[in-house]
Amino acid sequence: MSAATVDSRPSNRVGYVAIAVLMAASIGVQIVRDRGWAPFVPPDPTLWLQSGRVAEKVFLGYRHLVADVYWMRAVVYYGGKRQRAGAQQQSRAPATANFEQLYPLLDLVTSLDPHFLVAYRFGAIFLAEPYPAGPGRPDLAVQLLERGIERDNGRWEYFEDIGFVYYWWIKDYQKAAEWFKRAGEQPGAPAWLEPLAATTLAQGGDRQSSRLLWTQLLASDVEWLRNSAQLRLRQLDAMDQIDELNRRIQEFEAREKKRPTDWRQVGLPSAPLDPTGTPYRVNPKTGLVDLGPGSILFPLPR
Amino acid sequence: MRVIRLIAGAVFKESVRDRVPYAMVVFAVLLIAASYLIGQLTAGQDMKTIKDLGLAALSIFGLFIAVFIGIGLVSKEVEKKSVFGLLSKPVSRTQFILGKYAGLVMTLAVNLGVMTMAFFAMLYYMNATTPAGVRAAWPSPAMDPRLLLAIGLIFAELMIVTALALFFSAFSSPLLATLLTLGLWVAGHFNADLRNFENVVDSAVVVAVARGVYYVIPNLAPFDVKAEVVYGMPIAMRAVSFTLIYAAVYIALLLTATVTIFRRRDFK
Repeated sequence: MSAATVDSRPSNRVGYVAIAVLMAASIGVQIVRDRGWAPFVPPDPTLWLQSGRVAEKVFLGYRHLVADVYWMRAVVYYGGKRQRAGAQQQSRAPATANFEQLYPLLDLVTSLDPHFLVAYRFGAIFLAEPYPAGPGRPDLAVQLLERGIERDNGRWEYFEDIGFVYYWWIKDYQKAAEWFKRAGEQPGAPAWLEPLAATTLAQGGDRQSSRLLWTQLLASDVEWLRNSAQLRLRQLDAMDQIDELNRRIQEFEAREKKRPTDWRQVGLPSAPLDPTGTPYRVNPKTGLVDLGPGSILFPLPR
Repeated sequence: MRVIRLIAGAVFKESVRDRVPYAMVVFAVLLIAASYLIGQLTAGQDMKTIKDLGLAALSIFGLFIAVFIGIGLVSKEVEKKSVFGLLSKPVSRTQFILGKYAGLVMTLAVNLGVMTMAFFAMLYYMNATTPAGVRAAWPSPAMDPRLLLAIGLIFAELMIVTALALFFSAFSSPLLATLLTLGLWVAGHFNADLRNFENVVDSAVVVAVARGVYYVIPNLAPFDVKAEVVYGMPIAMRAVSFTLIYAAVYIALLLTATVTIFRRRDFK
């Protein structure tokens, strides 16, 4: 062996062992600390940059990267609030969710990156979701999508999404049909939009036409849109099932002059399950069937 | 220990001679003073704004001191070749690194101390010149001693950042070390999002990776109790204690890694 190949530097074996031990200790300390600890969220957290125009100037050539970061923050913000609302619903605690930073965040994202398709479309879904699962602001959802039309060369998806917001949340079928028709007129729009506009105008509001609408979206090549359509179709199934269960309860009440105390009294072997497998519950105040605590179908559209 | 103390003292003297920390402290003091003026524009939220700005100034300028001086500690010695002279004396590489780190922590402590005094002077002035009725509406008293807890945690966080800067400067160029340190500082503050990644992502693999990253990279979010202090909210002392233990363990980890790398480094 030549002298040049001999490594005369000190061995680092003890150092490596110490690093491994200290890393394990740091993880252990974090695990113990995190038990029962959650970062404090101020009652009214400050979004320092609320103006998209200011942000455009501040972030110079990195606007798109910053838009990505803010988009992630918007998703985490909405996800966290929604999860807390779900936990409150499950424990039957009063809802306290406050989504007031959501629109400014989405406005910031779409100002920084005017072609951020998902931010407009997903953002509109977040905004339109009724309270407490979302802020229940379909008006802001429409506003965001209209901005998308203005800034992002009038893509047909935005017209279609506005139609959905009018159809599903605002229940203005005339306007929904108008937007579907306009969507169908945009370049690259799928052929089913124009017949959808006609169906909406003729039968808007009934569950059958809603089902038709969401079934069309099940064929979408965008995964989250397919997931959303699947959820809406399950909600429609749940609404049908709830109607049927309420009919049975009302028949029992009319016949026996009292509320049923057991599902067997209305001809069911056990508590019926909603399409996600969560048992339905009877609201003790109204005597009507409702989604069980923790059902991901909550809240059902009105 | 004596050798480490001597090196630390030399680092401290060198930092004192350096004009950069002075400039930063003066700038931070000016910013804290300016917060008084800014506070006048905040429609009744002046005390909150002054505390927000003051604590942010302490944290940001402390970060600059930790990163920019911390990076230069080792790289300057190597570039100027003065490391040869130093290591030819009865000074081990471990003592060299620990001494450099202790010296910078001393510098940091003095700088933060000056900024804290300026901050409290501003709060004292605000407290003395505000009518009792207005003071009663503040979410927490102006001279809230818990502000010192927030500053203490900022100091602990900056000690981690200093160790990070030293770690990266032990094997990379000053520019790269600066970028890596600042990058990890940013990531460390977003780290809390990684802990609950399952709320936004369905993939179990992604969630597991995010959880792994959460535990490995420096977790700086728990050091930030500024909002709790400003809003007068209770602070879980158990969490604070564990956060300080975490800081001690993580600093030990970084210094061990730095020494491990530096011991085998060839100087050309």
